[in-house]
Amino acid sequence: MSERKREGEGLEQAAGLDMGTRLEERDERAGADAETVDEAIFSLSGVGVTYSGAQAVEDVSFGLATNEITAFIGPSGCGKSTLIRCLNRMNDLIPGAEVEGEVLYHDQDLYDPKIDPVQVRKRIGMVFQKPNPFPKSIYDNIAFGPKVLGVKDDMDETVERALRRASLWDEVKDRLKSNAFGMSGGQQQRLCIARALAVSPDVILMDEPCSALDPISTGRIEDLMLELKQSYSIVIVTHNMHQAARVSDRTAFFTVDLRAGESQRVGKLVEFAPTEQIFTSPRDRRTEEYVTGKFG
Amino acid sequence: MAVTESAITRKIVERASSGERVRELGFRVALLGCLLVAIVFLGVLIVDVSVDGLPFLSLEFFYTFPSRIFPEESGIQSALLGTLALMVLCAVFVVPIGVASAVYLEEYADRDRWINRTIEVNIQNLASVPSVVYGILGLAFIVRGPVDIFGLGVGQPTLLAGALTLGLLVLPIVIIVSREAIRAVPPSIREGSLALGATQWQTIWKQVLPGALPGVATGVILALSRAIGETAPLILVGAGAFQLFNPSIDGPFSALPIQIFNNVGEPEDIFRDLAAATILVLLGILLIMNSLAIYLRNRYENKW
Repeated sequence: MSERKREGEGLEQAAGLDMGTRLEERDERAGADAETVDEAIFSLSGVGVTYSGAQAVEDVSFGLATNEITAFIGPSGCGKSTLIRCLNRMNDLIPGAEVEGEVLYHDQDLYDPKIDPVQVRKRIGMVFQKPNPFPKSIYDNIAFGPKVLGVKDDMDETVERALRRASLWDEVKDRLKSNAFGMSGGQQQRLCIARALAVSPDVILMDEPCSALDPISTGRIEDLMLELKQSYSIVIVTHNMHQAARVSDRTAFFTVDLRAGESQRVGKLVEFAPTEQIFTSPRDRRTEEYVTGKFG
Repeated sequence: MAVTESAITRKIVERASSGERVRELGFRVALLGCLLVAIVFLGVLIVDVSVDGLPFLSLEFFYTFPSRIFPEESGIQSALLGTLALMVLCAVFVVPIGVASAVYLEEYADRDRWINRTIEVNIQNLASVPSVVYGILGLAFIVRGPVDIFGLGVGQPTLLAGALTLGLLVLPIVIIVSREAIRAVPPSIREGSLALGATQWQTIWKQVLPGALPGVATGVILALSRAIGETAPLILVGAGAFQLFNPSIDGPFSALPIQIFNNVGEPEDIFRDLAAATILVLLGILLIMNSLAIYLRNRYENKW
């Protein structure tokens, strides 16, 4: 019922704005930037990524706000994951990947030659699609980050704090010394979140963190994200539109352009707006078709 | 549609024709026969060697020096210690260099550059160079080296020269197995570590190498078991037999394969039996090493 209503609204909106969509979109983007300018944590302008010369993502510009959850949604191959990996320079690890444009983090260009990617990754943590605990004990998984960063605090305390923040403490406090591989998939993913939290980052990037998990584990991680956004800024890539709708404050919708007779697939940002708006009254028809399930 | 379907179904359900079954059986027998060739040869070898050698195997055999003059009281102490020392020295030389080379090739080398591809291909080539060629190399460059290595005296057939020669021989193998072990550590582990702000070096040292360790250890043991079985390179670098003193790093040395080789060359029959007993000892060492490799592999295998 409400779905249907939403759909209707969206259609109206799209029809009404059809002609001036591009212009409106630009205005909206500028508006969003203006709205978050004093608390923007990331500000991207004209960001593109090429893999060995082949364009993967093109001309993305928007700003991400502090203490918010920003979701990237869109069909496969639209460059969501590629883009999120630009935000902590994980793309550096892929041979042939090159980033163009400007990625500002607290007004500092992350791709400035003077910037050390290692320092960037200390501040901007990442959780991956598949839980990737280290083949060590639960304790050592958490302690690894602070140790390599040379943190001198009491390690037991750091580990406990990280596990508590990831609401994993009660489940694992009696088996901190056992191997992390013995945990369930959902626990492993929360361990990976705890591991990221242990180095006290500013931002947490999550690349489809729930795609390998069952609905209950997914729910726990979503609750966790809502809790964590009080102290961190979170960017999440998700294939699950409902997840974006449930947890995020703002949503960026990407699509994939086929070029040169479908041989080249280029991801583009279509619309970036408050999540509510993306799901109820998207400005672009492509967004609407995607969120209503007509495509993708 | 329906017709073709039923035709297909019938064909599957029908029993294979008797001709097909005979062929199938014949194939299985042929395969089993091939396997038996290897097994029977190994069995015959072990039985034959045991019959000749077992009577000589006693505790004294291990701690008596070999003797050409009193073969009845001959032992293998100098050769056994030589082999063990060769193994240890060879490992000390080959493990750091081999693992470091593997780390470079897997973690740092840009595979698009021709120089790195050339290195890779040539390591594969080196692994298949006959061991006698390494012996000549060792003789020319290590024993009669242009420089007096470690001041030990040019032209001396030393234990160190033997160990270095064997090290060169198995270095490509160690590099190849180490690379495989390093490659088996999933990229997600590296990403997880780097995403926490660890440097590449910290990631390699604290995550990749510990993860690769069981594979590296297994490979190194198998490589060493090849090294201590080698005879040709040791003959060329001047290993001796029937030595009445224990080896030292900067002095002459003997080894089990060399002792076996020289025993066989002696005219009296008893030397053949002594060779058989020595073969049993060498086979025993190899068996222990290979078992250790298998144990390590199974015990510390990572389930990623």
